[in-house]
Amino acid sequence: MLEHYLSLFMKAVFVENLALAFFLGMCTFLAVSKNVKTAIGLGIAVIVIQSITIPANNLIYSLLLQEGALAWISPQLADVDLTFLGLISYIGVIAAMVQILEMTLDRFFPPLYNALGIFLPLITVNCAILGGSLLMVERSYNLPESAMFGFGSGVGWALAIMALAAIREKMKYSDVPPGLRGLGITFIVVGLMALAFMSFGGIQL
Amino acid sequence: MKFLEKQLDKMEPLFLKGGKLEKLYPLWEAQDTFLFSPKSVTKTSAHVRDALDLKRMMSMVIVALIPCIFMAMYNTGLQANIAMENLGVDSQAGWRGAVLDGIGIGYDPGNFLACLLHGALFFLPVYIVCMAVGGAWEALFSIVRGHEINEGFLVTGMLFPLTLPPTIPLWQVAIGISFGVVVGKEIFGGTGRNFLNPALTARAFLYFAYSNQIVGDTVWTAVDGFSGATPLGAAAIAAPGQVVQDMVATVGSMQNAFLGTIQGSMGETSTLACIIGAAILIATGVGSWRIMAGCVAGAAGFAALLNWAGSDTNAMFAVSPLWHLVIGGFAFGTVFMATDPVSAAMTNPGKWVYGALIGAMTILIRVINPAYPEGIMLAILFGNVFAPLIDYFVVQSNIKRRLARYGA
Repeated sequence: MLEHYLSLFMKAVFVENLALAFFLGMCTFLAVSKNVKTAIGLGIAVIVIQSITIPANNLIYSLLLQEGALAWISPQLADVDLTFLGLISYIGVIAAMVQILEMTLDRFFPPLYNALGIFLPLITVNCAILGGSLLMVERSYNLPESAMFGFGSGVGWALAIMALAAIREKMKYSDVPPGLRGLGITFIVVGLMALAFMSFGGIQL
Repeated sequence: MKFLEKQLDKMEPLFLKGGKLEKLYPLWEAQDTFLFSPKSVTKTSAHVRDALDLKRMMSMVIVALIPCIFMAMYNTGLQANIAMENLGVDSQAGWRGAVLDGIGIGYDPGNFLACLLHGALFFLPVYIVCMAVGGAWEALFSIVRGHEINEGFLVTGMLFPLTLPPTIPLWQVAIGISFGVVVGKEIFGGTGRNFLNPALTARAFLYFAYSNQIVGDTVWTAVDGFSGATPLGAAAIAAPGQVVQDMVATVGSMQNAFLGTIQGSMGETSTLACIIGAAILIATGVGSWRIMAGCVAGAAGFAALLNWAGSDTNAMFAVSPLWHLVIGGFAFGTVFMATDPVSAAMTNPGKWVYGALIGAMTILIRVINPAYPEGIMLAILFGNVFAPLIDYFVVQSNIKRRLARYGA
């Protein structure tokens, strides 16, 4: 049993890394990776959001939305299928979570709050977060599995953005051709990082 | 030498600012500083302690590579000659056959020179294409962007052919080295400014783009119709309990694997040659012994852990640490690729972590990932990606320790 969860975690972190294998959440990934300190902050924020929203959405899906899920209220509702409400409910949960996180950061870690700026509310529409929830539904994880998957995918994304930020800090000493400076070279760096992450492609866990 | 120096000095004004050939300055400069120490000296307070500049440092790597190059040629020829003897082929196909028949040296696997010559006819074309195409890119970028041509390229151009199988088509070599030099290095501003090892970037590119010509059983020996797996390739498909037997069957004995007379990429087979290279690199201080030691410790430790854990379904778990160290490209990658001072971790504790990460990743990919029988290439690229982050944490912890020591 423990082995199952461990392999689920490893798979979410490395094999199916949201940023470098699925290329999800690119907007924030590219924009907030200029220095490691902010990247660590954002990475932790994503880990927290992922590990709360994915199990929460799992509950919503299995208790309210899934076909026949409402049977626990009354047997007449057994053939109601609310899966079409999936997207909007997941986004709602994510938005609420981000709002809470934002207020917590503002109250307790003002420097990080200022550093993240607009990208903190933007986590709401970050496709890595929504993608995590959708993947969870698609693979029909149960509650503990989705908690593990949420934590793992958050850690994977955080690891990727920290590595990218460290590389970009090191690249202060690079002499990139003028046309490629800024985002251009960052895209290439991300591509090369994905090349290195292909070492995990094909691992069966 | 004096004459040459005078000639070069006489040509200098042509290439300086305002000279006729001003645009070609990097080409002249490369010649001049390769042959003679530059005359310019440090003017401000940072002073160089000895004559080992970047150019001399890179040249030392080439010197350390000589045993590997030598073994690459000998073993490529040896494997081809053995295969030809077994298959009953009289003469190598194509122009190589014509050259060898013309010299009349024959194809006797016991004849040392015959093997060396036969292998050289496979290694040299790959090497020449590599230097010509890669060198052209390097020169083009240095002229357009106005930086110097650096000996770092000589190392890249030497390492890359050694990681290829002898049967690789030459156009693929050209495409691979172009990708490695341009995307792996030049767009970051040239030597010392990239974050991935250019030679490995080139090889990884070929590996994923044209995997038919770089993996499998038929690419390792340069004889048509011969099929022979590398030890790792054989181990990956072996039945549980049979792994070590199957591996020994492909290489003969561990001694062969250590000396390098086995199937594999041209330069990677000989652990002995790599150890000689490692001794040269460590003695001259060019390669970091911390990284090498970290790699070996990481690989041996992780392999021992897997041995201990055991597995009923995955036969590779049973391969002993010692075997892991002598087969495949582990030794070559550890000594020449992982220690690349540009893409490796810079801090001393960071080097240990970086080395151990590469060693453990290599074994992880070899054992757990059925898609790739060999892991050192991707493991080093993975290490390169995380090297800056490792350094960041080492530096941060140093800052914290100092703050604690001297008070805020």
